[in-house]
Amino acid sequence: MNLDTNIGELWPLVWQGAYETLYIVAITLTLGGILGLLLGLALYVTRRGGLYASRATNLVLNVVVNFFRPIPFVIFIAAVQPLARVVVGTGIGNPAIIFALTLAAAFGISRIVEQSLVTVDPGVIEAARSVGASRLHIIRTVVLPEALGPLVLGYTFIFVALVDMSAIAGVIGGGGLGNFALQYGYRQFDAVVTWTAVVIIVALVQVVQLAGNVAARRIMRR
Amino acid sequence: MTTAAGPAATSVPLVELRDVHKTFPAARGGTPVEAIRGVDLSVEAGEIVGIVGYSGAGKSTLVRLINALESTTSGSVRIGGREIADLKERDLREVRLGIGMIFQQFNLFRSRTVWGNIAYPLEVAGVARAEQNQRISDLLHFVGLADKAHSHVDELSGGQKQRVGIARALATEPSLLLADESTSALDPETTQEVLSLLRRVNRELGITIVVITHEMDVVRSLAHRVVVMEAGRIVEQGPVVQVLSDPQQPVTRRFVSTIVDDEPDAEALAALHARHPGHFVKLAFRGDEVRQSDVFAELLSRDVRFELVYGGIEEVQGETFGNLTLALDGDPAAVTAAVAAVADLVPTTELSR
Ligand SMILES: Nc1ncnc2c1ncn2[C@@H]1O[C@H](COP(=O)(O)OP(=O)(O)OP(=O)(O)O)[C@@H](O)[C@H]1O
Ligand SMILES: [Mg+2]
Repeated sequence: MNLDTNIGELWPLVWQGAYETLYIVAITLTLGGILGLLLGLALYVTRRGGLYASRATNLVLNVVVNFFRPIPFVIFIAAVQPLARVVVGTGIGNPAIIFALTLAAAFGISRIVEQSLVTVDPGVIEAARSVGASRLHIIRTVVLPEALGPLVLGYTFIFVALVDMSAIAGVIGGGGLGNFALQYGYRQFDAVVTWTAVVIIVALVQVVQLAGNVAARRIMRR
Repeated sequence: MTTAAGPAATSVPLVELRDVHKTFPAARGGTPVEAIRGVDLSVEAGEIVGIVGYSGAGKSTLVRLINALESTTSGSVRIGGREIADLKERDLREVRLGIGMIFQQFNLFRSRTVWGNIAYPLEVAGVARAEQNQRISDLLHFVGLADKAHSHVDELSGGQKQRVGIARALATEPSLLLADESTSALDPETTQEVLSLLRRVNRELGITIVVITHEMDVVRSLAHRVVVMEAGRIVEQGPVVQVLSDPQQPVTRRFVSTIVDDEPDAEALAALHARHPGHFVKLAFRGDEVRQSDVFAELLSRDVRFELVYGGIEEVQGETFGNLTLALDGDPAAVTAAVAAVADLVPTTELSR
C-alpha cells in the first residue's frame, strides 16, 4: 500500500473543507428544516381524522413528496440546476449545492416530521379541543411540543444524511470535506488524505448524533 | 366558587337534546354509521347523570355532541338554553370553555408538568397570570396534589393522573363536567377515590356531571339519574334507585344484574333445585313498605318450611331493596296458600322448574 502522502501541506484545505461542510449543512438544515416542517405539518393535519382533514389536499401533497423524494441526489442536483440559476443566480458552486440540498432535504424532512407527529396521542389533541383551543393554537402548543423528542431525533438523522449528501457537491463545483477527499485523496491515490477526511466526518457525525440523543432523551424523560 | 347541594330544578335544563341524530359518513367501501338515532335528553343543573350502554351504543358520541367536538347530523342541542347546533367554530370554542371533560386515558400533556397541564385551559381562555396561579394552586389543593405541582405526568399513578385531569377540566370554572369512562382504567380502590372526588366536585362546587360508564357500580355510587343507551337510542332512564330496583328493558336488566341479584338464571335454578326440595318463589322487596319479618312470620304461621336459596339485599343511596328467592317445602296445599298470602304482601314470582 502506498503511504506517500501530501497531508502535511493540505491541512489548511482540510479545515477549509470542514468549515464548508458545516456551513452548507447548517444552512440547508435551517432552510430545508423549516420548509420540511411546514410540508410535514401539512401532510399530518390533512390526514384522515386530522385537524384540517382533507383527502384531496393530502393526496396531492403525498404525490408531490413521493415524486421528488426517491430521486437520487446526484441526479436531483442536475435536474434542479436550471431552477438554481433562476433562484440563486448560479448553477454551480456552493450556492447551487445549498439550493439543491435544501429542496431535497425539505422533502425528506417532511416525511420525518409527519412520522414524528403521528406519534402524538390523538387523545391529547381531543383534550385541547375540549377546552376550546383553536386548531392553530393546538398545533403550536400541543402537537409540536408533544412530538419534540422524535422531532429532535429526526432532525439529527437528517443532519447526518445532509453531511452524506453534501459530499457529492464537487460534481457542480461545490466544496466541503467530501469534495476534498475525492479531489486530493481518491484522485491522487493518497489514502492518508482520504482517511483524514473520513475521520473528521465520522467525528462530526458522532458528536452531533450524541448531542441529539442526549437532547431527545432529556425531552422524552418528561 | 359556588356551592350547591344535589339536583336543583330550574326552568331551563343545562343540557337539552331534542331528536338528535348523528351519522358518520361511510368509510371507504363501508356503510354510513348511525351512531345516534333520535335522542331526547335533558340534564338539570346540579345533577349527576350516568349514561350506561354496551360498547358501540353511542355514549361517547353523545357526550361529544354535548361539547360540540362532533356536530349533529340533525336535531337540536341546547346548552344553558343556547342552541349550539349551528354555531361557528369560534363560538363553539367559547361553549367548550364552559364545559370540562375528563377521559379514560387521562389525555394529559406529557410535554407539561402537572402545573402546566392545569394552566393550559387558562392560557387558552386568556386568564391573567396572577389569577392563573391562584386558581391552579386552589385546584391542586382541591384534588389533593399540592405536593405534585412540578412533577411530570409520567411520574404519577393512574389515580393521580385522573385527579390532574379533573383539575384541568375544572380550571375554567365550567358549569358542566363530562366524564367518558373516567375510572375504567383504574383499580377498584383508586376508582373509589376518583368517584368521591367527583362527588365533591358536584356537592361543593355545584358542577353538573355527566358520567359515561359500563360499570353499574359507578352509577350506583355516584349518579342521581341513569340513562341506558342501546344502538344509538335511549331505551330507559330514571332515578338510579328506581331503575336498579325495577329495570324494564332487557339491556337494563343485564346491567342491573351485574350488581343486584335478581333471580337465578336457568342453569343456577336447575342446580338449586337439585340441592333443595320444594317450590321456588322470588320475592321483590322495595323500599321500607314491607318488612321482611312480616313476610317470614306469615310463612311460619302457615306451617311451611322455607330456606333462602338465592338473592340479596341492596342499599342504594339510602334506599333498601332486594330480591330473595325462597325454597318452600311442606304440604302442597299449604305451600300454595302460603304463596298466595305472601303475594298479597310483596310482588312474588313463582320460579318453575
Ligand atoms: N369518528 C367516527 N367515525 C366513524 N364512526 C364512528 C366515529 N366515532 C364513533 N363511530 C361509530 O359510532 C358508533 C358509536 O360509537 P361510540 O364511540 O359513541 O360508542 P360508545 O358507546 O362510546 O362505545 P365504547 O363503550 O366502546 O366507548 C360505533 O359504531 C362507532 O364505530
Ligand atoms: Mg366510548
